[in-house]
Amino acid sequence: MSGGAQTVDLASASLRDLNAALHALPHDTNMTRWHVRNPDGRHAIAAGLTAPVRVEIDGHAGYYCAGMNMAATVIVRGNAGTGVAENMMSGRVHVLGDASQSAGASAHGGLLLIEGNAAARCGISLKGADIVVKGSVGHMSAFMAQSGTLAVFGDAGEGFGDSIYEAHLYVRGRVASLGADCIEKPMRDHHRAELLALLSEAGAAGAVDVGAFRRYGSARTLYTFHVDNAAAY
Amino acid sequence: MCGIVGLFAKHPSIEADLGAHLATMLAALAERGPDSAGFAIYSGGSAARTKFTLRPPAGSDPDALGIPDGAITVRGSHAVLTVPAALAGSARAALAARAPETVVVGRGASMELYKEVGLPADVARSFALAAMTGTHGIGHTRMATESAVTTDGAHPFSTGPDQCLVHNGSLSNHNAWRRTLRRRGYGFATENDTEVAAVYLTARIDEGYSLGDALRAGLNDLDGFYTFVVGTGSGFAVLRDPIACKPAVMAETDTFVAFGTEYRALAALPGIATARVWEPEPATVYAWERAGDA
Repeated sequence: MSGGAQTVDLASASLRDLNAALHALPHDTNMTRWHVRNPDGRHAIAAGLTAPVRVEIDGHAGYYCAGMNMAATVIVRGNAGTGVAENMMSGRVHVLGDASQSAGASAHGGLLLIEGNAAARCGISLKGADIVVKGSVGHMSAFMAQSGTLAVFGDAGEGFGDSIYEAHLYVRGRVASLGADCIEKPMRDHHRAELLALLSEAGAAGAVDVGAFRRYGSARTLYTFHVDNAAAY
Repeated sequence: MCGIVGLFAKHPSIEADLGAHLATMLAALAERGPDSAGFAIYSGGSAARTKFTLRPPAGSDPDALGIPDGAITVRGSHAVLTVPAALAGSARAALAARAPETVVVGRGASMELYKEVGLPADVARSFALAAMTGTHGIGHTRMATESAVTTDGAHPFSTGPDQCLVHNGSLSNHNAWRRTLRRRGYGFATENDTEVAAVYLTARIDEGYSLGDALRAGLNDLDGFYTFVVGTGSGFAVLRDPIACKPAVMAETDTFVAFGTEYRALAALPGIATARVWEPEPATVYAWERAGDA
């Protein structure tokens, strides 16, 4: 195949063959642009990529789209199902529609950008990646989030940041309720700078005012277990 | 696991193909539920007639039932007995007397209900679902967790006229509610948790609750994981548990409203590329009624 854009139509081609072809790409491949047609909600599209290629998915993706992503840019021109970009290590995943539950779960690095809403448990167990959600996030988002950043332009559902470790959470809208050991914290200059840098990376720096966000994080009374906190579990 | 689907015609243009779409939706969720499948479809309703969907014992001849003024249509392992509505009570009594081993799977003015053990595509084919027409329908593909893989344990469950329920999940307090509802006089055909939810909703509706209020009451009373899709003579409704443990996707166009456990079930619907597609919120009742029927 040449270095031009590769187009794979999943209405006729096999998903397994697509993923195998993407996995076989060397890091210096010249086949850097891929289009996937008719995803039709299939699971694990473009999961496990390790080469710096750009994969555009024209439609709605199923579970674990771009899971474990490393280095690649994956664009979903539709909604993404459960676990989009779960365990991402690096690279960029851009969902133009909504994301279902557990978006960016356990992600270590890279950027997950969601134009619409994310459902429950967005950024659960976040381990270092950055997540920007232009809509709202569902309940129990950032549950046990360890490091990384979650910025939400809209609202957050119940139990936000429950049992959080050291991830940075920024929400512009309303938080329905904070989870155990998650508190609002002062927004200082270096937080505004961090948020602005993240929004710039997401291409959304001009879209919103960083001064309109509030910051949430760990009260640090829970995650280093102390017997006095037993009732909080 | 399990997969559930629902399709509701907002415009009559889709009614002729409702069965074909429902069959495709069920087949798309075979991986989520290969044990058994079932569906309820609402078609040709008339207040003057009552339809009983029956599952006669294998090898018996449904045409020989001899119910007065009854017409029989055989479909696969099931048969639909249609009688004048005024004779529904006596037809039920005659069935019990003459064919005690025949299971009444559902009854109503427009609902027909079919379910069987096997792969969803095979079950749909055995009842010629693809050729059926209707205003709305719901379906289920089952991976059993709480009770045995039997035809009786397959969904939908119907416990009231033109009412049926499909369920993705498992209830943890169904034994307590079965005892409570039995004391109130409700009967149960199985040990299945979903049947308890169906009877619960029927009991609430008998108390005078609307379908939406019955579902909202269930949020407090039914413990466990669930996404419910409920069909009635005039519409259908969707409810997810407050944790939203089970996946759900909905789509709406000018022509239809559709529900699927996964988007894969909706991918072949006409106009889906431009449909509004969204994930229903937890603990929120979504309901559609046919204009003029409510």
